Amino acid sequence: MAAEGKTIDALSQFELTHAFGPIGAAVNFTQSNAHMLIAAVVIVLVMTLGMAPRAVVPGRFQAMAETFYEFVENLVIGQVGHEGKRYFPFVFALFMFVLFGNVLGLFPYAFTYTSHIAVTFGLAFLVFLVTTVVALALHGKKFFGYFFPEGAPLWLAPIIVPVEVVSYLSRPISLSVRLFANMVAGHVLLKVFATFVVLLGGLGIVGPLVAVLPLSVNVLLVGFELLVAFLQAYVFAILTSIYLHDAVHLH
Amino acid sequence: MQMMKRMTFAGVMAWLYSVGAHAAAPSGLEAQSVAAAEASGGGMPQLDFGNPLMLAQVVWLLIIFGVLYYMLANIALPRVASVLDERRNRIEGDLEAARAAKAEADAAMEAHQAATARARAESQAAIANAMQAAQAEAAARNAELNARLSQQIEAAEARINTARDAAMGALREVATDTANALVQRLTGIRNEAAVSAAVQRELGAQGQA
Repeated sequence: MAAEGKTIDALSQFELTHAFGPIGAAVNFTQSNAHMLIAAVVIVLVMTLGMAPRAVVPGRFQAMAETFYEFVENLVIGQVGHEGKRYFPFVFALFMFVLFGNVLGLFPYAFTYTSHIAVTFGLAFLVFLVTTVVALALHGKKFFGYFFPEGAPLWLAPIIVPVEVVSYLSRPISLSVRLFANMVAGHVLLKVFATFVVLLGGLGIVGPLVAVLPLSVNVLLVGFELLVAFLQAYVFAILTSIYLHDAVHLH
Repeated sequence: MQMMKRMTFAGVMAWLYSVGAHAAAPSGLEAQSVAAAEASGGGMPQLDFGNPLMLAQVVWLLIIFGVLYYMLANIALPRVASVLDERRNRIEGDLEAARAAKAEADAAMEAHQAATARARAESQAAIANAMQAAQAEAAARNAELNARLSQQIEAAEARINTARDAAMGALREVATDTANALVQRLTGIRNEAAVSAAVQRELGAQGQA
């Protein structure tokens, strides 16, 4: 898919560049990080300014902040139980960071940092570290019993243990690749159809008429991508909660 | 852990690259194709791990996410929690007050019902008493009246009896006289004793003696 003249170039949107001029260049601050910063600032503003009225009967803005809070709280408590309340801020930060990254990326000229495997893997590995540390801290050596379910015949251990270990270690991979692949696929599709609009639009008199087709596809795709943006953030958060449940309860 | 992370990371990336890179890249030559992709500018920019910006991106990610987590966990989320707690307490307090008011109303209602029931019972007892008294009085008066009436009836019967006896006595006399007169006129014989006995017998036969 090399970019050459009037061809479809769906991948250059993922290229990293410097943000914030020479200062950003000096510390290798990329436009991806700038979007992370925007998302983080927006998240903090929504949660603080939204709750600023402290109204008993919330207005729209406060209701939004409360909805985010209660949505993730129910998710964590539903999966981990009430002892999971300690990990709620972590899951909440993850959910909001992924959700806002996904949604922010749908704006024109914006960069989708969740379309970078390095970013999603960084987050997924963070989840992996946190869940493993929590499990070790809560259960100590007993944590390693997780890799061999109680009651299974001992002679099966050579099969079960490697399988369990591999499945445990592959958690951050599946977690990160799922989000990454979804976001990349969506943005590539959007880009491809947007390029169709431009290419077909240039085809003489009938061009603009035909170009309406990919344009309408893109309108539908944007709606679909909004759904995916939310869904993937939800999946990320709920899988994190499930891993935390395993860490807290060991099975 | 760190070592494992690198290994897993690199492994995933190599696999992803082989999936994501364009089909022309010969399989089994991932390392070369990465270099080739860098040189030609093709392939997915996300898999261009030679780019120093990639590592910088992750470092900044960790910094930004760390700050975000800190601010949410220590500033933003406790505020939300306090507002929600406040609301929950207030609603619970209101519910408690409503429950107390309802209990009070229920008690008042119960007292009212008890008072009504008592009043009804009292009034019914009073009515029953009055009725009983009235009935007793009526019965007494009735009995008295009956007694007087029966007394009067007795007296009247006695009077009637005497009157009848008198009448019957007079009847015998008249009948004897008439019979004597008849016998005398018809036969010329005057036998008062026989006539008197015959009248007596005749009257006795008719049940009017």
